[in-house]
Amino acid sequence: MADTGFIPKEKWGAFIEGLSTKAQVYVPCLEGDTVLFRPFGKEKTLCFERPANSPPKSVIFPQSDTLFSFTFIKDPDNPQKTEVELKEHLDFPKTIVIGSRPCDAKGFTVYDRPYTETDTPDPYYKGRREKTTIVTMTCNSPSAGCFCTAVGGSPADKEGSDALITEVEKGYFIEALTEKGKEILQGPGVEDGKAYQGDATKKQEAVHSMVKNPFGPKGLGKVSPELFDNDEFWDNAVSKCVSCGACTYLCPTCYCFNITDEQTSDKGERIRTWDGCMYVHFTLEASGHNPRPTKFQRFKNRVGHKFSFYPEKYNGVIACCGCGRCIRYCPMSVDISEIVSNLQGA
Amino acid sequence: MGPEKMKEIITDVLKDVDVVIGYKQGFDKLHATPCFINKAEQIEEIIWSPVCVQNLASFLPSLKAKKVGVVVKGCDSRTIVQYMQEGLIDRSKVVVVGIPCTGVVSVKKVLDKVNHQPIEDVVFEADGAILVKTPAGETKLSLADVSPDKCSTCLYPTPVVYDHLAAEPIKSVKAPEDVYKDVEEFEGKSLEERKVYWEKEFDRCIRCYACRNACPMCVCQDSCIAESRDPHWISQKSNLSEKFMFHMIHSIHLAGRCVECGECERVCPMGIPVNALKKKLNHDMKALYNYEPGVNPEDKPPMYTFSVEEKKIEEHKL
Ligand code: SF4
Ligand code: SF4
Ligand code: SF4
Ligand code: SF4
Repeated sequence: MADTGFIPKEKWGAFIEGLSTKAQVYVPCLEGDTVLFRPFGKEKTLCFERPANSPPKSVIFPQSDTLFSFTFIKDPDNPQKTEVELKEHLDFPKTIVIGSRPCDAKGFTVYDRPYTETDTPDPYYKGRREKTTIVTMTCNSPSAGCFCTAVGGSPADKEGSDALITEVEKGYFIEALTEKGKEILQGPGVEDGKAYQGDATKKQEAVHSMVKNPFGPKGLGKVSPELFDNDEFWDNAVSKCVSCGACTYLCPTCYCFNITDEQTSDKGERIRTWDGCMYVHFTLEASGHNPRPTKFQRFKNRVGHKFSFYPEKYNGVIACCGCGRCIRYCPMSVDISEIVSNLQGA
Repeated sequence: MGPEKMKEIITDVLKDVDVVIGYKQGFDKLHATPCFINKAEQIEEIIWSPVCVQNLASFLPSLKAKKVGVVVKGCDSRTIVQYMQEGLIDRSKVVVVGIPCTGVVSVKKVLDKVNHQPIEDVVFEADGAILVKTPAGETKLSLADVSPDKCSTCLYPTPVVYDHLAAEPIKSVKAPEDVYKDVEEFEGKSLEERKVYWEKEFDRCIRCYACRNACPMCVCQDSCIAESRDPHWISQKSNLSEKFMFHMIHSIHLAGRCVECGECERVCPMGIPVNALKKKLNHDMKALYNYEPGVNPEDKPPMYTFSVEEKKIEEHKL
């Protein structure tokens, strides 16, 4: 089986529609000025021209996920006795994400290390991840704030994707990268891709150099421990942050969560919902004590996790994919790449 | 108006305050970012142009312990007046550097016009034209076309309160009756249409709380009911009813308090027009109490007063 394919422009819509008969397909859709991943439907306005405002992370790591439901059942003969009935929610449909960006796909690999590549994998994440095919679109140009190439990625990076699509003059060149990706080549209207490989490569290379590098020609150096532990550095760096948390919810690599029981009378659900270290409640303890009461401590954790603790634990891998969303959509234009740049030792 | 006069003023102000909050260039020419100035050498970084969109007055309540100078546009200045009315700042510890403003840009609108290309340069010309350079070429825009809606009906281009003014005052030529035209138009739709509209908008909400945290008048912040377990009025689920509830609470808490700076809407990463709800409530507050938030420091906000019988509210006969 060939590992590349080509879809002419005029067959692109039918291709996506065809896939949607076999699996649940998520595509970037335009609503007003906003692009976000939605389940495919013929009435949707698809938008592949720019990265979505929010990454497709919720497809595999939903913002709110029911882990199980529970019901308290009273024994009619002995009202003192109550049984709890549990129902697990571990049934995941086959899913295809079309139009993630390389940075979005790389984000999933950041989740994989703590969630699947461990002795105690997370069944919810792992279940969805295995059922999901990531079909990534290489970028035609970077957007404001993008810096993927400075953190080991690129506008045509393959990490985390099952197939990579590059727009060429007459259509879309597809490269299958995994077994799941090869299945995509069976979609309707896919032709032989060989003739378009050269054009695709040229295109990919051209975009690479357009991405800004905030860390200078030598690339990202080591975080200076002195600066990292200097409260004044952080205080100055983030005095303008309003501690909202948009940066964490839009981030393809932020994977922290909260677990709550949402219960009414005798029934309820244990749900897992996104959480983020920029929120004051994130580290609030039951006693009322909060080890990170100030926003600079919270911000320090966000940068620390991505650029220091995660790399220390996982062979130097940076837990930031450079998608630029936290910069682009920050209410105060706080720029994490500038802060990390200033954190580097001499 | 260039930033030179403002730099002079700030150099002076800095001598007797702990910090001055102004603007400097952000990660590209289309984005300004707040700067907290406490050393004279930072003054060179200061900019003033239509990209200076943030409402810097929002930082004042959290800096109450300090003496603070703050740069404000006309719309932002209403925040200070509202803070004064509600006792949220000590006016004697705030030095207001006012800028008469001819309008700012909506970053979203500009990016739409240049197809979201990375910004290489932005130049503001004297006649109100904006030149935006991207790898795809140069686009000429007019400020009026890419301003946020609030600018098109702005009644207070010159700050309503200030200690220093960075340029000659500007008089508004906008018609007061136009301010709530959008609200009135929307009210013309049927209840069902309005419900469908808001359900569609709120469905995108990711509950990131940027709208809340950027709002100068959302003063509960860390104790917001949206995240509280006790009382537990809203669950953490990300479904429509919870999102709706959050926005209703946000709006109701801003009734007759919202200074219409538009920050909530500007900062929403999902493009939800949340300011419209607050404007609707302000419109009602105006009709019921003839009250406009943040214009007169001597006013008492209606929610701070109590009359047994309100003139324009028909009580249920008990
Ligand atoms: S860095 Fe920006 S987006 Fe993140 S919490 Fe602070 S203000 Fe919000
Ligand atoms: S960060 Fe890189 S991969 Fe992501 S959208 Fe920008 S150019 Fe594309
Ligand atoms: S800023 Fe937008 S997405 Fe975030 S909570 Fe507010 S309305 Fe929702
Ligand atoms: S509700 Fe919106 S417009 Fe009103 S004061 Fe708050 S941020 Fe400004």
